[in-house]
Amino acid sequence: MARIISMDEAVEQIKDGMTIMVGGFLSCGTPCKLVDALVEKGVKDLTLICNDSGFVDSGVGKLVVNRQIKKLIASHIGTNKETGNQMNSGEMEVVLVPQGTLAEQIRAGGAGLGGFLTPTGVGTVVQEGKKRIEIDGEEYLLELPLRADVALLLGYKVDRKGNIVYRGATRNFNTIMATAADTVIVEAENIVESGEIDPNEVITPGLFVDYIVGGGDR
Amino acid sequence: MDKKERKQFIAKRVAKELKDGDIVNLGIGLPTMVVNYIPEGMNISFQSENGFIGLGPAPKEGEEDKDVVNAGGQPVTILPEGAFFDSATSFGIIRGGHVDVTVLGALQVDKEGNLANWMIPGKMAPGMGGAMDLVVGAKRVIVAMEHTAKGNHKILDKCNLPLTAANQVDMIITEMGVMEIIEEGILLKEINPKFTIDQVQEATEAKLIVTDDLKEMKI
Repeated sequence: MARIISMDEAVEQIKDGMTIMVGGFLSCGTPCKLVDALVEKGVKDLTLICNDSGFVDSGVGKLVVNRQIKKLIASHIGTNKETGNQMNSGEMEVVLVPQGTLAEQIRAGGAGLGGFLTPTGVGTVVQEGKKRIEIDGEEYLLELPLRADVALLLGYKVDRKGNIVYRGATRNFNTIMATAADTVIVEAENIVESGEIDPNEVITPGLFVDYIVGGGDR
Repeated sequence: MDKKERKQFIAKRVAKELKDGDIVNLGIGLPTMVVNYIPEGMNISFQSENGFIGLGPAPKEGEEDKDVVNAGGQPVTILPEGAFFDSATSFGIIRGGHVDVTVLGALQVDKEGNLANWMIPGKMAPGMGGAMDLVVGAKRVIVAMEHTAKGNHKILDKCNLPLTAANQVDMIITEMGVMEIIEEGILLKEINPKFTIDQVQEATEAKLIVTDDLKEMKI
């Protein structure tokens, strides 16, 4: 069951060497206060799974700049020059994944699936080292699920049971990451009482959420 | 034509390819300009792969909403009939063939419909983002780009940069003409009257097949 904790207690959950997922798309929908607290705490050797590596001064990009990431799994790194620098110098391992494949790998990880077949990447470098399977004359790549130790999400409105409502385009990877980590922490812009969110409006059911941190206004 | 005029010309011609009711995804850069040239009254829905359909005009200054951005992270608006969704749904829409047309730029495209637009080894590796899924999943793939890059060929016999996808491009629209990828190669269907067929061929590495009823490229 979801529990409201402090920012300090939240970052305590993340230890050196862990794999974390962080929601957001170019910082839109990224729990920036949790990320800032992680930067402050300085945990290192993290494997980060995120759509992109944000910007040098916003979102998960700060974790890269602060050299806390050992390995990055993302679809896009072009908006953060420090990611490219650390990739080229060999300081950080970067695995580039097509965005739809990344989303589906996370979904599979949270949905108990052993993988899935996608046409994306066939005939490109993405297929290297992967099993190619033909179904009805079409070629597909076997992609495997992704999971993390901890997922960090941003919710617009979160009730005490952990039910989440997102706003605008912020839901992006948050909804699927909610399902694919051992521990799920949501940074809530607004925390409301149970029952204040109409069950018809819930996007992420609270059963996926372990901890809620008050985020306040961004 | 200067660079800006060339890009506007290409974007205007791309807009003519869209049909009433189409669901369309526009790539970053030149393709984004297509939205400015949709004829009044034509109902086109634009999808933004970061998670919504119903992409509206740019917001007025001071009215930007930090939670409503496009796939390039720029503030945009959503139309009243639009809908937000998560990334898994968004790419289900894309791979599942629910997008009618995607318009993308290219570094290289070749006569087999191969497209390279995501990296230059040793120079530029920003990642593929959603491009690989879009090119594979959309029903129709239109490459919209300037015909050459600083005089260098971009329409080739065979792409030599890492591919975004193999055999997926349907059409190429440049300031010089409109080309379709067919079984036999690249078919020149329309030509900008400012150029001769020889000039277009000279700017193209792949041998062009010129259609019998070559038309004037109009915008």
